[in-house]
Amino acid sequence: MTRLVVIGAGMASGRVLEHLFDAAPGAFEVTLFNAEPRGNYNRIMLSPVLSGEKSYAEIVTHDDAWYAEHGVACRFGERVTGIDRSRKVVTSAGGEVAYDKLILATGSNPFIIPFPGHDLPGVVAYRDLEDTAAMIEAAGTPGASAVVIGGGLLGLEAAAGLRLRGMEVTVLHNTGHLMDRQLDETAGYLLKKDLENRGIRVITSANTKAIEGNGRVERVVLEDGTTLSSDIVVMAVGIRPATHLGQAAGLETGRAIKVDAQMRTSDPDIFAVGECVEFDGTLFGLVAPLYDQAKVLAKTLMGEDDAFRVKELSTKLKVTGCDLFSAGDFTAGEMREDIVYRDPARGIYKRLVIEDDRLVGAVMYGDTSDSTWFFGLIKDGTDIEEMRDTLIFGPAFQGGGGAAADPLAAVAALPPEAEICGCNGVCKGRIVEAIDGGAASLSDIRAVTKASASCGTCTGLVEQVLAVTMGDAYASPAAQPVCGCTDLTHEDVRRLIKSRELKSQPAVWQELGWTTPNGCHVCRPAINFYLLADWPLDYADDPQSRFVNERNHANIQKDGTYSVMPRMWGGITTPAELRALADAAEKYGVPTVKVTGGQRIDLLGVRKEDLPAIWYDLNQAGMVSGHAYTKGLRTVKTCVGSDWCRFGTQDSTGLGIKLEKVLWGSWTPHKVKLGVSGCPRNCAEATCKDVGIVCVESGYEIGVGGAAGMDVRETEPLAKVATEEEAIAIVTAFVQLYRESAKYLDRPYKWIGKVGLDWVRDQLADAEIRAGLIDRFEISQSVYRKDPWAEHAKPDTARRFHPLADLNVEAAE
Amino acid sequence: MNWIDIGAVDEIPVRGSRIVKTRDGCVAVFRTGPDEVFATSDRCPHKGGPLSEGIVHDRKVTCPLHNMVYSLETGKAQGADEGVIETYPVRVEAGRLLLDGSRFAARGAA
Repeated sequence: MTRLVVIGAGMASGRVLEHLFDAAPGAFEVTLFNAEPRGNYNRIMLSPVLSGEKSYAEIVTHDDAWYAEHGVACRFGERVTGIDRSRKVVTSAGGEVAYDKLILATGSNPFIIPFPGHDLPGVVAYRDLEDTAAMIEAAGTPGASAVVIGGGLLGLEAAAGLRLRGMEVTVLHNTGHLMDRQLDETAGYLLKKDLENRGIRVITSANTKAIEGNGRVERVVLEDGTTLSSDIVVMAVGIRPATHLGQAAGLETGRAIKVDAQMRTSDPDIFAVGECVEFDGTLFGLVAPLYDQAKVLAKTLMGEDDAFRVKELSTKLKVTGCDLFSAGDFTAGEMREDIVYRDPARGIYKRLVIEDDRLVGAVMYGDTSDSTWFFGLIKDGTDIEEMRDTLIFGPAFQGGGGAAADPLAAVAALPPEAEICGCNGVCKGRIVEAIDGGAASLSDIRAVTKASASCGTCTGLVEQVLAVTMGDAYASPAAQPVCGCTDLTHEDVRRLIKSRELKSQPAVWQELGWTTPNGCHVCRPAINFYLLADWPLDYADDPQSRFVNERNHANIQKDGTYSVMPRMWGGITTPAELRALADAAEKYGVPTVKVTGGQRIDLLGVRKEDLPAIWYDLNQAGMVSGHAYTKGLRTVKTCVGSDWCRFGTQDSTGLGIKLEKVLWGSWTPHKVKLGVSGCPRNCAEATCKDVGIVCVESGYEIGVGGAAGMDVRETEPLAKVATEEEAIAIVTAFVQLYRESAKYLDRPYKWIGKVGLDWVRDQLADAEIRAGLIDRFEISQSVYRKDPWAEHAKPDTARRFHPLADLNVEAAE
Repeated sequence: MNWIDIGAVDEIPVRGSRIVKTRDGCVAVFRTGPDEVFATSDRCPHKGGPLSEGIVHDRKVTCPLHNMVYSLETGKAQGADEGVIETYPVRVEAGRLLLDGSRFAARGAA
């Protein structure tokens, strides 16, 4: 009999033993060590144990009777401390055991991030029965709360289980979306939404600062100061292969213990299996490859030929009601193409990744019924060229002719009672009736039936009903969609962002049925603006969705250098500021210093790498960004007014400075320029600005909608007020109204042309509406009224302005 | 292949880009997903726009100067536009960015 010693009684080694005892009963005399004081149980079923859906007894795979039947000497709760390869013995507290063949199945250890307080009682991993028992115990206290650090597979299963046990659960995840290894942003967004619907709080981009408590966990503190009270903290941030024993024995290790395709380590009598193994540069954490390894290892031990190979893996989350599936490789590689399908109403998202006419990856959320079929296509490398156009609809649509692939045919096939508009309960028959009654356009249908008049997501469907019913007589609306990613117009998107409370870009892409994975250069800046304008406190500005000038806080010039223009409030400067500007111009070799039309001084020709430093220098002199690069408040141009001018009627300079101090830093649909003239001679050229104020003896005449670019237009009177305070209030409210309702890249005059100046006047004349606009502007400014240069001059962000690496320099070294 | 470690992948924001200076000029390294990166010439063949400053979407980049869109995988201009940018092998391993330096080094050795 071969003396076989196995270190670690987990799922992989358990499977090896099953194979051996099945195929060669009596051939091996087995000694089984396990650090945990028990035998093999189905570790991946810990989630149902945690949630209370199963008991521990139900997940035991090998009980005492099984071990006894196969003559296994069980050394449970006994940690192996060393391997002596020359004498072929392993050492533990109980002495030495000799082996002919040795299997390392030491698995992995949970990774614990060493935050302050990580060693407090009440901080657990989610790895074994002890952890699970600790969590169940914590959940026993009514009203207890838990914080789960790590929004991966394991962390979310822990969170769901604890929630099912009645705890208040918060999940902290350090990247932008949950399960970022397995899911893309959209699927991550849907998952977050589902978890939140179950009462689990999810904080993404969360940076944990410390775990605190007096002798025991009491709270978790985040970097931004958020404090979460917590009776238990589950750290589920990843695992590390347990390689210590193998390493100490001198076996070849990389990130784990290296094995060949027969699961043999660098010592021919020692094998390894499971999570402690590295094969061909790959580590393993899911159960399917572990079982494959177990089968190969059993064959190897019995002297039969077999070879392990890495296969495609798929992931499913074991949380009831969260239907997600991820398989293959959808994140890396070349020559790829995506097929995206979204059904916002049902919360469904599917994305297929194709390479060389083969499916290589798939992510699905909400409907995973075809996942097995898709996974099969990935594993088999099936050529999908023939079914490419209908592939996303799943196996049911294959070989069934073209009807299903043609959306118009699909709509034509709908019965009259099929519901088209869920919001207003309008069925297809009602719309066809309306068309027979003379309705010939989308707006007619909306007026007659209310279909698509609420949330608007069925607009495309209604148009298809029109097209099918009217045939060639139907002329599609001329409304311009935002871009090729969607059929919706800017107005639709703005309305839906507000009415459906969409607060992130993935939410917009999914809920509004974007056809691309993450938008394009046309829609991204627009959506980014709409989100930050409507949800200033919830949405964080995305630099990656901004044009180069706004991302780099400077205007790029044709030679790739940038211009730097600090703010001069109301066009007023000081000798000290001028000196600082002159010094900066010399220090950074600025080739051109230009006085601008907006009464500022522009330094042109600054190298990108120098931007943070020149900003820092100008900051030191008290100057901030002039936002010459933004769709936002640019300049307030003034004349000297009653301070100096013999014709001046009011303090136009002072009002200009006050307006600029209120409005600076705010983002707007397009740039906004102001002018304040001290008398009707209008030296500040206020009457061709987006907002122009002309001071008169009796007060302030406020005009809007001027332009002096490709179009030249004079402002139209908006209001006349008696005091500076009223003037500031009206202008602030006007800017906010523009922010809230204009289409991205419409200057105020274009926007006014669409909504009508009367409507704008009416809004601002209503005291309640005006106050609301000003309040919302101030809320937004609590976030955005700050100097971006100061932020970007900090060393951490300044680094981003430098090349990542310079291979020339490194080569020289 | 001569893989050169050019920095941590986290140094590039997702859907962002950074440049690497080489003797062949600037190479733009794009990060289209947490672990998905591409490297191309930084120069748009149209009017020389810095592609690393463009908006990154899907596996494409839009030149900041005139909105030419390039596939980061093939280097080909998309749509009706014509033009090709150089692409370079780059990959992520254990959080580090590895760029194949053999094409830059070859000239240095000569």
